[in-house]
Amino acid sequence: MEQLANLAPFVLLLPLCMFLVLGLFGNKMAHKTAGLLGTAVFGVTSVICYYIAINYFFSGNFQNGGTFEAVELFNMEWLRMTDTLCIHIGFLLDPLSAIMLIVISTVSLMVHIYSMGYMKEHDGTYDGGLQRFYAVLSLFSFAMLGLVIATNIFQMYIFWELVGVSSFLLISYYYYKPSAVRAAKKAFIVTRFADMFFLIGILILSYYTGTFDFDKLTLVNEGHVEIVNSTMRDITFCGFPIISIAVFLIFLGGAGKSAMFPLHIWLPDAMEGPTPASALIHAATMVVAGVYLVARLFPVYHFEAPHVLEIIAYIGAFTSIFAAIIACAQTDIKRVLAFSTISQIAYMMVALGVSGYGEAEGLGYTASIWHLFTHAMFKALLFMGAGAIIHAVHSNEMDDMGNLRKRMPITHITFLIACLAIAGIPPFSGFFSKDEILVAALENNKIAFAVEYFVAGLTAFYMFRLYYRIFWFGEPKDGYKHEPHEQSLVMTFPLMFLAGVTVISGICWMFGLLPFTHLISSDFTNYDIHTHWNVALPSIGAGVIGILIATFLFLEKTGRPNKAVSYFKRPYKWAVKKFYIDEVYLYVTNNIIFKRICQPIAWFDRHVIDGFMDLLAWITNKSSEEIKEVQSGYVQQYAWVFIIGVITIVICAI
Amino acid sequence: MNIPVASYFILSTLLFFIGVYGFVARKNLISILMSIELILNAVNINFVAANRYILPNLNVDKPLMEGYIYTLFVIAIAAAETAVAISIIINVYRQHKNIDAKSINELKH
Repeated sequence: MEQLANLAPFVLLLPLCMFLVLGLFGNKMAHKTAGLLGTAVFGVTSVICYYIAINYFFSGNFQNGGTFEAVELFNMEWLRMTDTLCIHIGFLLDPLSAIMLIVISTVSLMVHIYSMGYMKEHDGTYDGGLQRFYAVLSLFSFAMLGLVIATNIFQMYIFWELVGVSSFLLISYYYYKPSAVRAAKKAFIVTRFADMFFLIGILILSYYTGTFDFDKLTLVNEGHVEIVNSTMRDITFCGFPIISIAVFLIFLGGAGKSAMFPLHIWLPDAMEGPTPASALIHAATMVVAGVYLVARLFPVYHFEAPHVLEIIAYIGAFTSIFAAIIACAQTDIKRVLAFSTISQIAYMMVALGVSGYGEAEGLGYTASIWHLFTHAMFKALLFMGAGAIIHAVHSNEMDDMGNLRKRMPITHITFLIACLAIAGIPPFSGFFSKDEILVAALENNKIAFAVEYFVAGLTAFYMFRLYYRIFWFGEPKDGYKHEPHEQSLVMTFPLMFLAGVTVISGICWMFGLLPFTHLISSDFTNYDIHTHWNVALPSIGAGVIGILIATFLFLEKTGRPNKAVSYFKRPYKWAVKKFYIDEVYLYVTNNIIFKRICQPIAWFDRHVIDGFMDLLAWITNKSSEEIKEVQSGYVQQYAWVFIIGVITIVICAI
Repeated sequence: MNIPVASYFILSTLLFFIGVYGFVARKNLISILMSIELILNAVNINFVAANRYILPNLNVDKPLMEGYIYTLFVIAIAAAETAVAISIIINVYRQHKNIDAKSINELKH
């Protein structure tokens, strides 16, 4: 405990220092030095994170009769507004944050290593600003770690905005590309728009409960959250209980970051950023912040706003099927992965939405965090594999790929493992987490179960479509300009490592070596579960059917895909165009908000308000033009005026 | 011979307005300067006449002399002012090659 508390500040301080050092002095270093330094220091941070997490889970010091205790390693006063209102900054260690520490440090370290190879151009030089890349990567790691260890919701909000800003900086890394700049702006504006609701939610919640602290907010006592008393339940606004409104607004903030429909539009465009950044931020860590947020406040949702939780389940179910359908029709491999990410995060949201509270009731909660863990590993792997392929063929388009399995064997095998994992084929990790989500959904919400079951098959289909189009299918039309070849070890090592995690965590689960339910549950109490074969077998069946259809269509170059498309012409076109959601947004902003509201206001401002001011200026100007002739410069004329004035005054006085 | 006090005032008024007229109507800077002298002397006549006829001289051994003394001040200051004015006029002449009041309008808007 003492030892962990001494180590804890370094989790935040090391990446922050690295950000400052690389950001301020990076341009004085060689590219390679900056990369190595950033990676080495983050390696130390990762070791500290692992040490803290493993100590927490396995030392037994923090366990009390099967229940993990939440401890604050440090919690210092940061901003004191008034006697009662004070914002702390601290380190909350409980199973949830410990799992997140492992996820973030693993993926971030792999991305740090991978970037040293990926950001290198083919002639051995680095793209200018590699130091900037590592500096922002450090900033992101700092912010993300700060977010998950937050002891109070305000600290979380501050780091939440910091991850948003580092995401913005990384998407616009290629700032000379207009599309990247547009994508960065879009991501920033959409997530900021959602964060506005988050902030309002925080303010409402803390106004009524009088605290920001998670340990007070989530303290459960006899079937309700202790801090919410009966008078608070009676306060309503527009017919809804105020606490429900607050937590729904907080969920909206999470929905923006986690790309839930209809706030998902920024994530596919965010793929303009460098691929390692996409792997880290837009696949594994930042986009699951919304899931983390709901999980963190789960007791409040479950006991005080069960209807909001139901809404979350439906939003999640809709988003997952919606994104999965779009993913089937995209041809840019990174965009396929982006939509797959949206779909999988929605899976986690569904799991939270259908979860109960306490031991086996909270299976959905456990499954959600477990899926978060497995998804982060295999999705980061998929993105890095995609990055290796893009690096080899210099294109994001599927049409420029094909037949790469012999040319890039390591990428091929690791990519296949990740595809099998996401498709839910045992013994890979994704099968087990997805299976538990389906079990939880079957118990509590049949509609969500039916949707998720269908999405499981669809996921297998589009992932294997991607896999076959890249690694089989036949050479691209014009052949390859450069012969694609396997990447260097610095890029393949992270792939192999993450593939290893995907396989080993699945096998550990299968043989009961490391049951995830012993690590995390909704009330932090251990419980045992078994694989439910009545759900697992049909879900494997759905996955296999999806894979078989993909094999039939895309194993070799045939006319079959076109023929299949001709059966669903209209839906296919809609899916290619992403159901015109972007166009709807553009229509609403351009034609309704800009044209109907902003332009008349701008006209009023320019012509009426500015016009009035211009009129005043014009009158002043004209009249002074007229009377300036009086100032002739002839002294005798002044004398005349003076004399006449004196005479007038004298006459008046008489 | 007893001249009534009103005659002095009429004379000084005439002189004053002749001076004012000269000041605003003449073009030549020297003439304007001379007009100023006329105005000052009109005032001097007023001072002297008022001191002689209007101020009550209660104490014959020590008569009140303020009017006369102010006149002397005015004459002294007029001399100094004339010196300054002449030097300005010379400078104006160097600039414009004439001393016409109309040609000095640098203070225009």
